[in-house]
Amino acid sequence: MIKVRGLNKWFGRLQALNNVSLEVKSKEVVVLIGASGSGKSTLLRCLNLLEIPDQGEVCFDGRAIRPGSDDLNLLRRDMGMVFQHFNLFPHKTVLGNIIEAPVMVKKMSRAEALENARWLLEKVGLEDKKDAYPCQLSGGQQQRVAIARSLAMSPRVMLFDEPTSALDPELVGEVLAVMKQLAREGMTMIVVTHEMGFAREVADRVIFMDEGGIVEAGKPRQIFESPRQKRTADFLSKVLWGPSASSDTPPMLTAAGQA
Amino acid sequence: MSFFDYLTDSIPFFIKAAAITVELTAAALVLGMVIGLFFAMMKISGHRVWKYVADTYITVIRGTPLIVQLFAIYYGLATLVDFGSFWSAAIALAIHNGAYIAEIFRGGIESIEKGQMEAARSLGMNYSLAMRRIILPQAFRRIVPPLGNQFIIGLKDSSLAAFVTLGELFGVSMRLASTHYAELSFYTIAGLYYLALVIIFTVLVNWLEKRLRIES
Repeated sequence: MIKVRGLNKWFGRLQALNNVSLEVKSKEVVVLIGASGSGKSTLLRCLNLLEIPDQGEVCFDGRAIRPGSDDLNLLRRDMGMVFQHFNLFPHKTVLGNIIEAPVMVKKMSRAEALENARWLLEKVGLEDKKDAYPCQLSGGQQQRVAIARSLAMSPRVMLFDEPTSALDPELVGEVLAVMKQLAREGMTMIVVTHEMGFAREVADRVIFMDEGGIVEAGKPRQIFESPRQKRTADFLSKVLWGPSASSDTPPMLTAAGQA
Repeated sequence: MSFFDYLTDSIPFFIKAAAITVELTAAALVLGMVIGLFFAMMKISGHRVWKYVADTYITVIRGTPLIVQLFAIYYGLATLVDFGSFWSAAIALAIHNGAYIAEIFRGGIESIEKGQMEAARSLGMNYSLAMRRIILPQAFRRIVPPLGNQFIIGLKDSSLAAFVTLGELFGVSMRLASTHYAELSFYTIAGLYYLALVIIFTVLVNWLEKRLRIES
């Protein structure tokens, strides 16, 4: 469904993406992991062309996208995106946030958009918040509304850019639950996250990135229990066993399943 | 005649003059907002030539006195087009305030988090739709206070229209002052009318600000 070939992206002299190639099939859930600055978010943002790659090609449904001449707005309708900081529209109510794009972009009737929005709110468990403004909601609720807002465009792929990183720990679960539900329903998802539990449970494939490149990709079980690359093992031992751990401390590695 | 005789006797003249002042200011500021928005968009467009044009406009207009601009339009352009004193003053004030309003708009738009535009674009909205539906309504809320400030300056600056023969507040007070040889009284009265208009306007802006705050 999505095919990426030889993606390179520089920010000034910093190479954010280094020859990244990736293929995501329909209904697949792919989780991107890696340290901050490893290029995960940049890769995600290149998929819907919020960032324009300097080199390489993004194909959607077998068609290469040419950022200069193709209508990226049409492409983006098919790719929902959920942001770390939610980015809800603060001057609109929850319903207003959700129906904005369907009405203004898809020219859906207001009544139909509202009906769809109510159904989506029910799905994310927030039907009672439909008239609230974003500032009246908790972070977890805001992120669930943001997911509903993306889904309102009936996207064929959902991109999640660290959707739980800005949340208080006790609010992470409610957002992950909605994402798991989506995955069960067969949504194609590409998720950048530090939630290793989610990756292990939901991902069909886990991709570990470092310094702008893909280091290793595989089934979650393989990545977490027997990473082939030392860099993957180092990273996992750090995130799974705390900041003090590193590959120089063999017990931690054993615990991560390397031995 | 005492000051209070002048004050009460001149009410019919000053009411009419105040109406002209309000009309002039309103016309100038509506036009100034259009000009300001236009140049603000040019500045944030990221397009080098447009940004240069907008920068030049803002530098030239902010760098020269309003009275010079007004005379240039009323007396200078008169040989080509005669706008009349009202519209000459309105256009001069609009062009002048437009430069300041452009900077206010730009500041307001740039203060909106980048994520808002990204969220709008990621939903398939094009740039101008996202600007119109998402960015500008939020920016507008933030620029109400500085914009109100600029409007008050514009209202007071409209007094310069007296020098292109417009019978607004200051023009009328100049005429009455010289015919009655009562400069102190009539300029004080003119000042009181300006003060009253500014206070009314300030109350309106404060009300608008409060209303917008409650809404969000």
